[in-house]
Amino acid sequence: MAKYLILIYGQESDAPPTPDQWDWMMQAHGQFAQAVDQQGGKILGGEALQPTATATSVRNDGQAVTDGPFVETKEALGGFYLIEAPDLDQALAFAKLCPAPGGGVELRPIMDTSGAPPSA
Amino acid sequence: MNQVRQASAEVRGALAEAHRREWAFVLAATVRLAGDLDVAEECVQDAFVAALTSWTQRGIPANPGAWLTATARRRALDALRRDQTLRRKLPLLVGTDPAASAPLEWEGEGEEADVSQLPDDRLRLIFTCCHPALAPEAQVALTLRLVCGLTTLEIAHAFLVSEPTMAARITRAKKKITLARIPYRVPPAHELPDRLDAVLTVTHLLYTTGHTAPAGDRLVRAELVERSLDLARMLYTLMPDDREVRGLLALLLLTDARRATRTATNGRLLLLEEQDRSRWDRQAIGEGRQLVDQALRRGRPGRFALQAAIAAVHAEAPSYADTDWPEVLGLYDLLLNASWEFMLHDRVPYQGWVADRWRTGCRSATAPGSG
Repeated sequence: MAKYLILIYGQESDAPPTPDQWDWMMQAHGQFAQAVDQQGGKILGGEALQPTATATSVRNDGQAVTDGPFVETKEALGGFYLIEAPDLDQALAFAKLCPAPGGGVELRPIMDTSGAPPSA
Repeated sequence: MNQVRQASAEVRGALAEAHRREWAFVLAATVRLAGDLDVAEECVQDAFVAALTSWTQRGIPANPGAWLTATARRRALDALRRDQTLRRKLPLLVGTDPAASAPLEWEGEGEEADVSQLPDDRLRLIFTCCHPALAPEAQVALTLRLVCGLTTLEIAHAFLVSEPTMAARITRAKKKITLARIPYRVPPAHELPDRLDAVLTVTHLLYTTGHTAPAGDRLVRAELVERSLDLARMLYTLMPDDREVRGLLALLLLTDARRATRTATNGRLLLLEEQDRSRWDRQAIGEGRQLVDQALRRGRPGRFALQAAIAAVHAEAPSYADTDWPEVLGLYDLLLNASWEFMLHDRVPYQGWVADRWRTGCRSATAPGSG
């Protein structure tokens, strides 16, 4: 099994979700968690993020503190899951099930930092 | 270099033939054992070098592919034994299991080793190279390198980029396969149509690159055409029942049947209308037509079968004017319907429009062909 991070991107809206939208989202994520579990994967963690308007970035050079996300994108990072899957095909199958209305997800393999440094 | 000079023409010929016909099988069989693309590739290259000396001294073996496979796998085993500790740190290719697939029959100097029991892993290799998680240009480069056995320099020439650029592209792709854990396997049935389409697209792209590239070394381009035909044939051998695989092979054969007539002596590209039809390769056309007929049977044909059907109509028309344009148009309509594939979206309507104009034109008295 290998670990992957699913990064969920989407359009941010200024208006808070309606109760219906909220219920739909909660349900969709519940179904996602269930599907991963049933199909031999594992969700190790995951959270929804507050909108990028609440983000603060600290740049390494000079420790400058700025308002906003590190990189400004049209589709903003809105949440993530840390999952476990046997291979990329299975991880992709989970990524396709992950709710991301009006956007999409990015899948990144997690680096194993327990052993030798990564080779060139 | 000395070895190359000393080897007889016969040995060099046998080796070149084995390289072209057996490379994919040998590498695919070695990958499973080595659990790593780079290690496997190195072992296979070593086996080809060893063959030069051995075949010169002891004669060409009855089954060169088996000899190369046995030798490459033995080298992979040696490498595994030598580097036990190193291996533990390297992530293995998913779908390979060196421990489980290290049969003892390779222990001896088994030149006569029986490789007929080995599973044919060529499809695994092809599907891994053409995985949709890899960029299209990386899929093409990896296929040429791992499945067709071309060198990085040859691939760089074919795509008009520098060797370091191509080397970096291939290294990045291999690294992604390992780190993102792209599995070394044939996809399950429910994923097969989409994944196979990617494989066929890469094969088709190789052909068109060799066939139509406006620039580049003529020899390199001819090589691409030959390799893509080999690849299409290999796929047909491995998946004989798939209609799109048949369709692609038919399309390449029918298109390639016109190769000799595509350019004038001064190098100018000749249009279909201007080509000398008596010089078209009738044998290729016959084989292509047969495959098209089979690919069109049962159910909705795919985009390669339809393109092949269009090519067949052109190939069998006695002249440009006597082409069965209504048939061509009907096929384009079907192709348009089947063209969920992004690459075709721009081209199909235009070519269909050309066919449409011809059909109407041919019916009227002023049609160029009837004058």
